[in-house]
Amino acid sequence: MKLNRKLLWMLCICLLMAFPVNFEANAQEESASDAVDTTGIPPAPPVNVQAMDKPNDNGHGIVITWEPSPDEDRAEDGVIGYSLYRSDEKDGDYTEVRTIAAGMYSIDYEGEVYKYEDQDDREKIGSNPNPDFLEKGKTYYYKIQTTTATGLTSEFSEPVSAAPRGDWFHTGKTSYFIAIIIYFALVLTYIRQAKKGVHLYIRPIGGIEAIDNAIGRATEMGRPILFVLGTGSAADIATIAGYTILARVAKKTAEYQIPVLVPVNEPVVMSVAQETVRAAYAEAGRPDLYDEKNIPYVTAMQFPYVAAVNGIMMREKTATNFYMGLFHAESLLLAETGATTGAIQIAGTDQPAQLPFFIAATDFTLIGEELYAASAYLSKEPLLLGPLKAQDYAKALIIFFVIIGTITLSLGWDFVANIFETSI
Amino acid sequence: MNLSGDIWVWVGALLTLSIFSFLYKDNPFYKFAEHLFVGVSAAYWMCMGIWGTLVPNLFAKLHPPLMKTILPAVAGKEPDYWYFIPLILGIMFLMRLSPKGAWISRWALAFIVGTTAGLYLTRSLRSDFIGQIQYSIIPLVTYKDGAFNFVGTISNIIIFLGVFCGLIYFFFSKEHKGAFGVASRVGIYILMITFGAGFGYTVMARISLLVGRMQYLFADWLGVISR
Repeated sequence: MKLNRKLLWMLCICLLMAFPVNFEANAQEESASDAVDTTGIPPAPPVNVQAMDKPNDNGHGIVITWEPSPDEDRAEDGVIGYSLYRSDEKDGDYTEVRTIAAGMYSIDYEGEVYKYEDQDDREKIGSNPNPDFLEKGKTYYYKIQTTTATGLTSEFSEPVSAAPRGDWFHTGKTSYFIAIIIYFALVLTYIRQAKKGVHLYIRPIGGIEAIDNAIGRATEMGRPILFVLGTGSAADIATIAGYTILARVAKKTAEYQIPVLVPVNEPVVMSVAQETVRAAYAEAGRPDLYDEKNIPYVTAMQFPYVAAVNGIMMREKTATNFYMGLFHAESLLLAETGATTGAIQIAGTDQPAQLPFFIAATDFTLIGEELYAASAYLSKEPLLLGPLKAQDYAKALIIFFVIIGTITLSLGWDFVANIFETSI
Repeated sequence: MNLSGDIWVWVGALLTLSIFSFLYKDNPFYKFAEHLFVGVSAAYWMCMGIWGTLVPNLFAKLHPPLMKTILPAVAGKEPDYWYFIPLILGIMFLMRLSPKGAWISRWALAFIVGTTAGLYLTRSLRSDFIGQIQYSIIPLVTYKDGAFNFVGTISNIIIFLGVFCGLIYFFFSKEHKGAFGVASRVGIYILMITFGAGFGYTVMARISLLVGRMQYLFADWLGVISR
């Protein structure tokens, strides 16, 4: 009985497999018999041509969509391209924008529909006007013509029009918007708590604990301290974190009356560093000790800057070297030279590619976010403690979504993963 | 041995040797090369700042006819008076050269640092928050051509655990004790393994730079090897 049932199933499967093949064969035979010689007959224009403002842009884009010409797949002399024409008057002169390749492998073909974004399509730029070309609010007209392999062209499609307009809200970035609101709510909540005097615990961080000891060592040896802010710009987050640590170090050096040398490689960084050190000396009650010459601009080029800083280490015999900020290929060159001079070295950067060098060549390294935490840890200011606590909650949210997203995706549901799909 | 007859190759080789002499100790040759290097680069960047930024991005925008002999492309352009804002900010910044007006430069500084940090906010949010979640959500079990993919599955599990434990390490407002401490320790081990791999990778790239310099000395200058 079981064997018979198996045989029956096999028979059914064989029939199911055989029928489509026969059906396809029949269809091919029918189409071959119905095939008409279309050589020399112009193709039909594309169908359902539409123009609309490009969403989520600054107001200089129009999207044109159309469905393929009915003659795209005809047996003889099929359509190979669609020529798009633009004009600023409905019955005016149209100029060709571009010819878009026909067929399912065309980059502008998006499942049954062609889509072309007419944006910043270079109406001059080398010598004069472009400013994003399509004028905001102005109506543009489009029509399309199909072309066959032998060069036959269709009639133009009916003109369609659209006017580009700017958007205030990028719907593709909604998840950023929500994330910012949540994050700022957390930051404000914890700043408020810190201001009220609620104790916000911060775990000890090795590199930060060592800062005071390193300054003390320089004082005992009577040698200067070197503070390098890296090769980032004044507004890089790592550089900003570096200023906060510099303020703390400068205040201590003012108290202990030892010089802090801060050679910089960017004029704006130099200005901010000078202001930071000046303020720290004033806070320590020793504005008279402040010397602007200790915070010189060296050069903006990376390796000459390194050569100069290495020279300072050797000649000034700095007892303690701090590297806090954004670093690039110069990290190992600086840290190795510092190590050969016997200085205590403390580094911190958020550049993953440079952290290995600092870990290998310095005594203490603040890894990534530890650099940002250092400023809050050292100052204990509510304005810095609040964001640190909020960042921890943000990390907890990341962990939560990663766990939920991973579990659901492993089970074949991608709705959590899709929440974080963003468009630029 | 086929010594180069080009004077500039000799200059380059001697400066290279002067910089290398720092490996022995600080000396007058290194000092000379260092000062030359710093001086030339500082002057170069100053010229770049004037001709690459100030002239095309400020003067040519504010007064195109004045610049048309230097930049023919701006001929016939209308002045763009919005550029008075950066001009004013620049002048405010230069006020720090005056002992009495130095405080004015702080406004320009605050503007630069504040606006740039604000612009970085969304970028950081995209890469560090949304992007972190987006790229960390991966299926733990993977299949390749319909069959279970052992290597892919192990790889994804390591990524998942690495992200989880790495994030735990960067929690600052909670003591790292108990299970939290274990996860944090695993996190720092994973970070160190990553840094070790990164170290090796980058050292290889640096060795290629050294090879380039050696080729310059032994091939271009001394001519004892061929390129």
